[in-house]
Amino acid sequence: MARRQSMSRRLGVTALAWAVGLLIFFPILWTFLTSFKTELDAFAYPPKFLFFHWTLENYVEVQDRSNYLLFAYNSIVLSIGANVIGLVIAVPAAWSMAFAPTVVPERALTRRLYIVILAAIAVAAVLLWLVGDARSDWRVYGPVAAVATLPIIYWIMTRRTTDVMMWMLSTKMMPGVGVLVPIFLWFRDLHLLDSRFGIGLMLLLMNLPLLIWMLYTYFKEIPVDILEAARMDGASLMNEIIHVLTPMAVPGIASTMLLAVILSWNEAFWTLNLTTHDAAPLTAFIASYSAPEGLFWAKLSAASTLAIAPILVLGWFSQKQLVRGLTFGAVK
Amino acid sequence: MGSIELKGVRKSFGAVNIINGVDLKIEDGEFAVFVGPSGCGKSTLLRLIAGLEDLTSGAVLINGLDVSDVGPAQRGLAMVFQSYALYPHMSVRNNIAFALKMAKQPPAIIEQKVQKAAGILNLSDYLDRKPRQLSGGQRQRVAIGRAIVREPKAFLFDEPLSNLDAALRVQMRVEIGELHNALKTTMIYVTHDQVEAMTMANKIVVLDKGSVMQVGSPLELYNRPNGLFVAGFIGSPKMNLIRGEVAARRGATTIGIRPEHADISTTAGEWQASVRVAEHLGSDTFLHAESDVVGPLTIRLAGEAPIAPGDRIFVTPRPAHVHRFGEDGRRMA
Repeated sequence: MARRQSMSRRLGVTALAWAVGLLIFFPILWTFLTSFKTELDAFAYPPKFLFFHWTLENYVEVQDRSNYLLFAYNSIVLSIGANVIGLVIAVPAAWSMAFAPTVVPERALTRRLYIVILAAIAVAAVLLWLVGDARSDWRVYGPVAAVATLPIIYWIMTRRTTDVMMWMLSTKMMPGVGVLVPIFLWFRDLHLLDSRFGIGLMLLLMNLPLLIWMLYTYFKEIPVDILEAARMDGASLMNEIIHVLTPMAVPGIASTMLLAVILSWNEAFWTLNLTTHDAAPLTAFIASYSAPEGLFWAKLSAASTLAIAPILVLGWFSQKQLVRGLTFGAVK
Repeated sequence: MGSIELKGVRKSFGAVNIINGVDLKIEDGEFAVFVGPSGCGKSTLLRLIAGLEDLTSGAVLINGLDVSDVGPAQRGLAMVFQSYALYPHMSVRNNIAFALKMAKQPPAIIEQKVQKAAGILNLSDYLDRKPRQLSGGQRQRVAIGRAIVREPKAFLFDEPLSNLDAALRVQMRVEIGELHNALKTTMIYVTHDQVEAMTMANKIVVLDKGSVMQVGSPLELYNRPNGLFVAGFIGSPKMNLIRGEVAARRGATTIGIRPEHADISTTAGEWQASVRVAEHLGSDTFLHAESDVVGPLTIRLAGEAPIAPGDRIFVTPRPAHVHRFGEDGRRMA
């Protein structure tokens, strides 16, 4: 319903909205402007807003000192690659949670138990193979750890879907730094430090709960009748997911993917701790300019601008899709 | 072509029993209708046959083969859903062709079959439209078209007409009947509407609380209901069920008289009653009367009858049409 508002009130609200908007945007704008200043102008006091000697030398120097394209390439490969693989795992997972939730699986219990035992043996074998004879104590700890997880996996597989979903969400509740040391040691022993595979795996595992949760809520909106119709039409599970579910969930999948890519792109804790050069994305590129030899504000700003520009452009062009995705299902 | 047999079929969700042991045989080419009040388990029974639900115990046989552990995709049955369940992102053509594509049929054959089905169902002009651009009746036809191109062993219909308006429902009822005559394929049809059941079925299966109450042709159920439930459920308006002394005099606990099986007189008869409501439909007149002896009565008279509310009438049941039920609610010989 349209409400009547006085002109002054409307002006006031508009001004306030702009003020808040500019306040939030200001750091980005300031970074952008600083990237065109000389190092001297960058920390001049009083600060120079627009009237300074505009220069591109920071960009040139940043490109000279480090290979922006390598970092950018890593960022793209990691954030897109990890989430594409994540999607391949998350779509079937969300399907099973939305359309085949676990309900008192008495008859299936024994079968599941066998699967879990086989999986544990497989995990133990893989661990042994990967570690090899690098650390002899792994030969003991690896299989013990794998077998110890057996009751946990069994518990998860026999719980109702809602419990599993809460468990997945709970993994997002613990601060990453809490597991930094064990994960760092694992990565070191498995030779995953500074490898694209290693950090990609980390980003994938971080985003997987989010991917599954978001897809689950989108899938819940899809009438199960349509999937059953596909089953009656002779579609295999794979065909049902590829030809019926996925096309119907495209808006949801797209916005989930977009959000996940943005989160991965900006992820700085694990990328900084687990990579140095070969697999380092743009976050590490920025961080390398707050180096022990001193802070170079202008170069840091140039690096930041280069790092956030691609994702900013992506976000700008997909904002419609993003907003639609986030409110999808709120209205029919 | 297919016969379908259920052997001791049970289904429970947790502790709740939905289907309590159903044994049933549907012959090849039959038009069977599952009918019953809502919550009686008729849709669940259909979904068990389709394979969309797992059996708790018992077996489902198609053409004599046990398919209890076979998935819905492999059972060779086609289903039409109440909500139509069309694929919203596909054109009508692709909706109809989907099953054939899944069966990896060559494109030329698919096109030919789609055209044929569209011809039968008057959909030829709409093949390139999306489901959202169609009316309710057209969507229903697409759902049926999707089923017939597969040449299934049997068709399963889950209340397919309940989303249509009354006029369209009558028309689609006739079309489905014609389709059955033309294809001669086994059909199982679920409805809560006993008029649909009576008009379409060769065989009606009346269900209540997860059990089969009676199986028979429409007229068998009408003429010889085996118990109080079927007597009250089949027929419209409902059969008058009378207990007490009047029934005892005929050697029964309850007697049933259909509204159309009683004669009316203004001068003499068995039970005196006063008319509360008279419904004049032109072809029929329905009287809702209150008798001092037997309580409320519904009477159906053919054609127009000059009777108004408040009139005193005499009602005499036709002896040949009095149904007698015993203490346990079952029909007495």
